[in-house]
Amino acid sequence: MSKHNEKSLHKQTLHKQTLSKKSPNNKELPQACQAINEFVIRFANTNGTGSASANNMFAKAILRMGIPVSAKNIFPSNIQGMPTWYEVRISEKNYLGRRGGDSELVVAMNSQSINDDINSVKVGGYLLYDATKALNSEQIRGDINYLGIPISAICLKEYSNPRQRQLFKNVIYVGALAALLDMDFAILKDLVKDQFKGKEKLITPNIYALELGYQYAKQQFICPLPIKVESRDLLNNRIMVDGNTATGLGAVYGGATVVGWYPITPSTSVIEKFASYCARLRIDPATGKKNYAIVQAEDELAAIGMAIGGGWNGARAFTATSGPGISLMAEFLGLAYFTEIPVVLVNVQRAGPSTGMPTRTQQSDVLCCAYASHGDTKQVLLFPQDPHECFELTAQAFDLADQLQTPVIIMSDLDLGMNDHLSTEFKWDDNKKYQLGKVLSTEQLDELEVYGRYLDTDGDGICYRTLAGTHADKGAYFNRGTSRNKFAAYTEKSADYIDNMERLTKKLTTASQLVPQPIIKQGKKIAKIGLIYYGTSSHAITETIDHLKEHGLSADTLRIRAFPFNGQLEHFISKHQEIFIIEQNRDAQMKSIIVNECQIDPNKLNSILHFDGLPITSRFIEQAILTHFEQQSSTQQAS
Amino acid sequence: MSFQKSTFHHPRLKVNDLGLTYRDYEGALSTLCAGCGHDSITSAIIQACYELSIEPHKVAKMSGIGCSSKAPNYFMSKAHGFNSVHGRMPSVTTGANMANQALLYLAMSGDGDSASIGFGQFAHVVRRQLNMVYMVANNGVYGLTKGQLAATADKGVKNKAGEISLFNDIDLCSMALQLGASFVARSFSGDKKQLVPLLKAAMSHRGFAFIDIISPCVTFNNHPASTRSYDYVHDHITTAAVTDFIPIKTEITTDCNVGDCEDICLHDGSIMRIKKLDSEYDTRNAHKAIMDIEEHKKKGEILTGLLYFKPTASHFHEINNTCDTPLNQLTQDALCPGARILSGINDSFR
Repeated sequence: MSKHNEKSLHKQTLHKQTLSKKSPNNKELPQACQAINEFVIRFANTNGTGSASANNMFAKAILRMGIPVSAKNIFPSNIQGMPTWYEVRISEKNYLGRRGGDSELVVAMNSQSINDDINSVKVGGYLLYDATKALNSEQIRGDINYLGIPISAICLKEYSNPRQRQLFKNVIYVGALAALLDMDFAILKDLVKDQFKGKEKLITPNIYALELGYQYAKQQFICPLPIKVESRDLLNNRIMVDGNTATGLGAVYGGATVVGWYPITPSTSVIEKFASYCARLRIDPATGKKNYAIVQAEDELAAIGMAIGGGWNGARAFTATSGPGISLMAEFLGLAYFTEIPVVLVNVQRAGPSTGMPTRTQQSDVLCCAYASHGDTKQVLLFPQDPHECFELTAQAFDLADQLQTPVIIMSDLDLGMNDHLSTEFKWDDNKKYQLGKVLSTEQLDELEVYGRYLDTDGDGICYRTLAGTHADKGAYFNRGTSRNKFAAYTEKSADYIDNMERLTKKLTTASQLVPQPIIKQGKKIAKIGLIYYGTSSHAITETIDHLKEHGLSADTLRIRAFPFNGQLEHFISKHQEIFIIEQNRDAQMKSIIVNECQIDPNKLNSILHFDGLPITSRFIEQAILTHFEQQSSTQQAS
Repeated sequence: MSFQKSTFHHPRLKVNDLGLTYRDYEGALSTLCAGCGHDSITSAIIQACYELSIEPHKVAKMSGIGCSSKAPNYFMSKAHGFNSVHGRMPSVTTGANMANQALLYLAMSGDGDSASIGFGQFAHVVRRQLNMVYMVANNGVYGLTKGQLAATADKGVKNKAGEISLFNDIDLCSMALQLGASFVARSFSGDKKQLVPLLKAAMSHRGFAFIDIISPCVTFNNHPASTRSYDYVHDHITTAAVTDFIPIKTEITTDCNVGDCEDICLHDGSIMRIKKLDSEYDTRNAHKAIMDIEEHKKKGEILTGLLYFKPTASHFHEINNTCDTPLNQLTQDALCPGARILSGINDSFR
């Protein structure tokens, strides 16, 4: 296939020098990859060169062709000069998790990483590279196809400004891909126009650069390639957006007004997006003044302190952080738990411990958040799976925090927060009213004979709170992190202390009924396998289930959406013979919590643990499950 | 607390403009040591609030951790209070103020709380010009943990256990001046005559007001080797300028020499009168104030009184351009953009 392949790709004899190096050992090339709307493209770039927006434009063009797509930005903790990758999975089967394995097409634009990038092309796949500099003999694999475009040389010829020479490289390869993959060129042009709305001067040169690439590919290669895209109508009204944008917007809709924050990757854009939506949607029309206040604090301690101060005073307040910020906020989380102050914390998890891998994803803060702070504490956690839930659960978190008078932590992660995901559109019901919880008004206080901040009048563990300034004579109390009696007076009496701690336990039981319930998918007949997962692991699950079926295995699933749990999780576990808990951390943190909270025999729970910092893949999950059963049957045979 | 304070009081106690008596401004019975300077501060706060006819429920009492931070429990039980975590009162107060700018924030901190564990938060709340009264009860020692030296203890002094303070001390007034506080004063818990008018002026000031109050610790830092003992402070105190506070609608009478007296009209129409005891002192010059503090210290003196005042200061909400309605009172209608706008936002992600 080798020579045939090369010739079929190159109409003319251009790049003959390069071509002659392609299969130096004259080995037969395996068959070229063929696929329509079901393949992976990996872009290898240098960060700080403007590649992200070009790559994003590519992904969005696929989306606008009506084809499901997912994009993962795999970037370094660095501003300029380090290798960065962008992986686009095109899947009309709606497999939107990271697929894993080698890619059908690699766009290799980074000379630092090119050797690895060449090796990441699937056998029979394609390498699009900058042919301005010829590849050396070690970079020639006999089993892949090379698409050389002298991108730097084209830019050098076309542009005089060094920054343009750099930026347009990216646009040129997107143009070339449009020809190679048979993309709708008009869509790309529209995207350029959308992107540079307000900066019209930039539209023409960008479209020109797209065309440079497009024409070059058309002339030099047989287009389209055997891997290509075809327009479909498979989006079902879905949108493509990152989770942090959705979270920031959810906080606007949830009524947040007070924000203290400290920049930290990957949570920073939660607040930046909140701020930009507020600047658009939260300006008082009469006065031009802000209906919100955001303070960039001196550190994460102050950030959560501000949110707690705001929550105590009856505003909807939140902060967002990641990794080290969570550790710093622990003391304050204990205060808010113990003094029963509503506050929302968004944790966009990254790979720890310590500074860890700040630009890689993990679900490794589950334990430390569930029991954040010293002493007996237990926090309410929500686990969104996609941008739709980031929006919905963030808005809901403010209701829950107010209803429960306790911190609510939204457990996002870097993959969800910073990558674009195809997601159900955001929904809001205008009839839905904010649930402000038990806050006494002036009139209610007037009618009250006795007020105690920690009197559990309703028996649900949630007491009535009052806000400063409400009533001239009644309802004031001294909020304190020390132990106190039902009337908020300091006490060291054991009975009072125990009574209060037990009431807090009762409150968490109430919480387990109010929080979003798990999503259970099971057939009429209970399957042998039960998969339990949460957060972004869900993106790999549909694919996993389909592939397991091919192996004759069927599985029911339960997606955890919140902690504390109620009985549904235990019931699901008890009904399934083989339980797998899928997590993106090393220590099976959710399993520990399940064992601890539900009193389940740990031997009943198998863990599938993915913690390399990249989003989990269905291949990884399938492999773990298949290996488990293989080992099981070989053990049985042995015995 | 196991002690109950008597609610009985004299039937003809004097009342203020709100019809409230002095006792209406009291709090729980203090559990601090008998003779603690902090109790004098508490009593000065009560007097100032009573005389200013401040509505107790419109006050938020904020504190961190330490003996000082227990004090808010001992005044104005009709006001909400927030005893937060060690060194973090400034951030909690910032958030509380962001949520409701209509309250008067009376914050009590200590030398450990503000000059050590919370030094960063102290600095940043000054920077943010939060509209609040930030009081530090400064006794130079850690009382609740039994007498360790604080960062405000003068270098070279000994604590009760004989341990010497080896490192430079931190002067919180100098720090506040450096960071742009618009009202800076130092006082002495034993000098109510000076302290009460300063507190009144600070409470009436719109902007960040800082008062460092030397407040001897009778149990751990009132010994002869201390520079924060009652005797030492009495002997070494010197005053730059003091204030008189003249509420709105009160006739102004002159009782000081022209030239050493300055009347400043505050935002609510009341008058703050600054009386200079040292005619050379300039209460409008923050840089000079820092030097003066230092020079007096070199002479072994503690410079007290009003050190700096900027009547036209701005504060956080002005800088932020926050709406006038306290944020905690905005309703869903004002806060939630609704489904129609959301549908447009959805379209931007297609």
